[in-house]
Amino acid sequence: MPLVTEISPEVIEQEQVYKEMGVTEEEFLHIKRLLGRAPNYTELGIFSVMWSEHCSYKHSKTLLKQFPTEGKHVLQGPGEGAGVVDIGDNQAVVFKIESHNHPSAVEPYQGAATGVGGILRDVFSMGAKPIAILNSLRFGSLQQSRVKFLFREVVHGISGYGNCVGVPTVGGEVQFDDAYNGNPLVNAMCVGLIDHGDVQQGVAKGVGNTVMYAGAKTGRDGIHGATFASEELSEDSESKRPSVQVGDPFMEKLLIEACLDVIHHDALVGIQDMGAAGLTSSASEMASKAGTGLKMNLDWIPQRETGMTPYEMMLSESQERMLLVVEKGREEEIAAVFEKYGLEAVAVGEVTDDKRFVLEHQGDVVADVPVDGLAEDAPVYQPESREPAYFQQSQRQSYVPEIRNPRNVLRSLLKQPTIASKEWVYDQYDSMVQTNTVVKPGSDAAVLRIKGTDKAVAMTTDGNSRYIYLDPETGGKIAVAEAARNIVVSGGEPLAITDGLNFGSPENPEVYWQMEGAVRGMSEACTKFYTPVISGNVSLYNEAFGGHAIYPTPVVGMVGLVRETAHITTSDVKQAGDLLYVVGGASPEFGGSELQGMLEGKHYGQAPELDLETEHRRQQQVLEAIREGVVSSAHDLAEGGLSVALAETLFKEDLGCEVEIHGDVVTELFAETQSRFLLSVTPEDAGQLEELIPEAKFLGKASEHGRFHIIRNGATVIDEPIQTLKADWKGAIPCMVKSEG
Amino acid sequence: MCKVNIYITLKEAVLDPQGKAISQSLKDLDYDGVNDVRVGKYMQVELENRENAEQKIEEMCRRLLANPVIEDYTYTIEEVV
Amino acid sequence: MKFAVIVFPGSNCDEDMYHAVSGVLGEEAEMVWFKEAELEAYDGVLLPGGFSYGDYLRSGAIASVSKVIDQVKTFIASGKPVLGVCNGFQVLLEMEELPGAMLRNRDLTFMCHEESLDIRNNRTMFTSQYGTGETISLPIAHGEGNYYCDKETLETLKANDQIVFTYRNNPNGSTADIAGITNEQGNVLGMMPHPERAVEELLGNEDGVRLFESIVKNWRETHAVGN
Repeated sequence: MPLVTEISPEVIEQEQVYKEMGVTEEEFLHIKRLLGRAPNYTELGIFSVMWSEHCSYKHSKTLLKQFPTEGKHVLQGPGEGAGVVDIGDNQAVVFKIESHNHPSAVEPYQGAATGVGGILRDVFSMGAKPIAILNSLRFGSLQQSRVKFLFREVVHGISGYGNCVGVPTVGGEVQFDDAYNGNPLVNAMCVGLIDHGDVQQGVAKGVGNTVMYAGAKTGRDGIHGATFASEELSEDSESKRPSVQVGDPFMEKLLIEACLDVIHHDALVGIQDMGAAGLTSSASEMASKAGTGLKMNLDWIPQRETGMTPYEMMLSESQERMLLVVEKGREEEIAAVFEKYGLEAVAVGEVTDDKRFVLEHQGDVVADVPVDGLAEDAPVYQPESREPAYFQQSQRQSYVPEIRNPRNVLRSLLKQPTIASKEWVYDQYDSMVQTNTVVKPGSDAAVLRIKGTDKAVAMTTDGNSRYIYLDPETGGKIAVAEAARNIVVSGGEPLAITDGLNFGSPENPEVYWQMEGAVRGMSEACTKFYTPVISGNVSLYNEAFGGHAIYPTPVVGMVGLVRETAHITTSDVKQAGDLLYVVGGASPEFGGSELQGMLEGKHYGQAPELDLETEHRRQQQVLEAIREGVVSSAHDLAEGGLSVALAETLFKEDLGCEVEIHGDVVTELFAETQSRFLLSVTPEDAGQLEELIPEAKFLGKASEHGRFHIIRNGATVIDEPIQTLKADWKGAIPCMVKSEG
Repeated sequence: MCKVNIYITLKEAVLDPQGKAISQSLKDLDYDGVNDVRVGKYMQVELENRENAEQKIEEMCRRLLANPVIEDYTYTIEEVV
Repeated sequence: MKFAVIVFPGSNCDEDMYHAVSGVLGEEAEMVWFKEAELEAYDGVLLPGGFSYGDYLRSGAIASVSKVIDQVKTFIASGKPVLGVCNGFQVLLEMEELPGAMLRNRDLTFMCHEESLDIRNNRTMFTSQYGTGETISLPIAHGEGNYYCDKETLETLKANDQIVFTYRNNPNGSTADIAGITNEQGNVLGMMPHPERAVEELLGNEDGVRLFESIVKNWRETHAVGN
């Protein structure tokens, strides 16, 4: 097969070929300075992916530094494949969230599937056994056929990959808004379990040690995926389809087994997965972290296709591949571990002392670049920031809806896809494999027991982008607070977060302003709750055709520790006769609310306020009450306010309720005021609850008659069979997905 | 060397929900006169030589490639020089 | 009683099965990698769920011609109990140790939730601890659990009392609501629902415990004479 002649360095410079790879003129000059000459095509490719936003965080680095990343539980903060947090008994949880937005927009099944595959590798490459997957998904309006297709296929992709690898998909959230019509968000989070001593690092230590390649062969798939993820979506994106990788969950399952075996082998020095930018980023990062150099012979790379060029091999994003550094002379022992699972592990290079990244191919040196130039010395930008006009305008607007028939409004709210039951989604996920799932999808947080202990871990994802759009700083605080609330109502103590920052183009000053605000708010909340950021991911340039940026969407993935399994609490009211309490009062806050979106078709006004002191105090009190064994059920009040939260807690047991409200009906029932909880207790425990949480206000009781009955001043406000409400809530998504058009 | 093209389809009597879904979808796209769609598998097997090819392929199909309880198979053999 | 849990490449309920018989029931059990299996020394064989060989070609098809299969056949012929759950059931069908075949679910999607099952035959070595006509609940988790067999086979299954579990609300389109069947001899049970996921109160369901207890009790009874 004839080799395609590569474009010469002269042509690259003269014709500005670098621009096609997303490298600016200034960056090109920077590369020339680093090399002392013009780069060849392969070298330019390497720089272009390593300096893409996805790998270098060049537009977000200064912001990310604001996050608190240290804490007494933190064993490993940002910088490795995933963060590690101590949970006692010499055990730790390892977790991270990662986006796969652009690939999913173009090819939703494979985009979502490989998103799951990638985040799993980030976790097991740390030496941890993956115990759970969560997904934070955002789609446009389900009225649109393209959105329906994306939604269906993303869910199929997650299901197809996650189920096969045998890691339960236990939770997450799905929200719908027009802002995501052309640009869905697919963020996958993985949680792993590890013993302290097993934590691995992706380092190429020990000059002379061997670099080994394990797993699937390299093909041409996904070439330039990392730069693709750092560009705005355009009409061209469809034609960039070859950029999307294809996943093989069976291979991944074998790779998990083999890697969890190999970490116990004393010949292993370092291990890292080949994620975005494939071989280039894994190899150069491992060398950079160890302060060494690395030399590889590309002829030894296992190849799926013939005639691959060095450029193609280095930029391929073929899935299910790992890079290992092992003690020299012990390669065969490592290969034998992989051999058991039918996997190939071969030597492809060695660790050097010259801090250079050198590649040979068919007897020639095809790349020779400084390791630090790719990683540490990558450009960092301080983008311009400007407050958008909509912000002040929105701040001045107030919005209080007028409602004549609360019953109809509640029924409509329950049918809004963001609120409606997500059973159609999670029924397609194996949420039980590994037999640890105590609280399955559908509650505020998923809870998994840790076998051999009486502990459990609670996990959730959250991030209401409408609030963040209206007020990035407050919205950022709310995202963290709401995640913490989900953990607390499940009986857990929040430990740490992983953040998935999904925004539009950082080169748009108004978008960068949103990023700044959101990060500031999140940092403040993380500090207040002692939940440092231990890992994360940045996905920028989420803009669909015509430059419509998505709502700023930082997603918070949080893990908490449940000290005793007896503390595990769900949101469902358990039996008729139980008493219902609400913690925290309502104010007329409707900016960014589900109700506003439903009635007005847009979001404006002010985001709900959040007082971190109040939030923290209530969380502490609720957790204390749960630990005292007083609370039968606990639920966080979120989209749709009290009425929706109340209905949701009654559906499982088909209970009714007798509730009396005071004050303004619309505010009491639908306002999305923050820092509120809905609790149920048995009549015997009511006294103790009121002592532990003085703010808890009696609402009424759960009843057997199966009617959702709310009164005010002796008059009925809503009286509806719970079955009717449940049918609305359960039927909405299946109905929308199946309907044509 | 020879190339064998193997076609595996669900038996007449076996319901094919995937085929049904596709058939419905084609009707929704206004393709009138689509009576039925059946979804199957197509495999290419390369054999080193033509000798006893039929016999070998028959055996492969029965033992592994198709499940005789639910599937039928047909194949064609092309000689490649 | 000593169980072997056979691990194929891609099995993923192997550890759950092991945990159920060893951790919860307290019986002796070992996870046996398919290439290294020597089954003679075991009293029962468990074929776990998962996606052996990625479910490529057809679920269970590639595992059904893998190295360990001759030994499983010998084990079955000796009359000892073999339980195949989910993918394990699919393997047994592909091995032709059980009649019929598995198709994709009627709705074409994977489904994971609890289903009500009627015990149709409690006179087997797998179900003796359940009551006649009892209804239990077990989790299902599969994309290809739509059991298919032709009319004659169905008649034979009925005549021989080989249908052990049926779904109350058929979730996947299975012929005659079938969720689990035995072979004619009664020492092989294949079922799509996962009893190993329903053995602990903490996880909210213990209906699967008695299935494993039935196997163990039957074994103790038949082996009590010799001891």
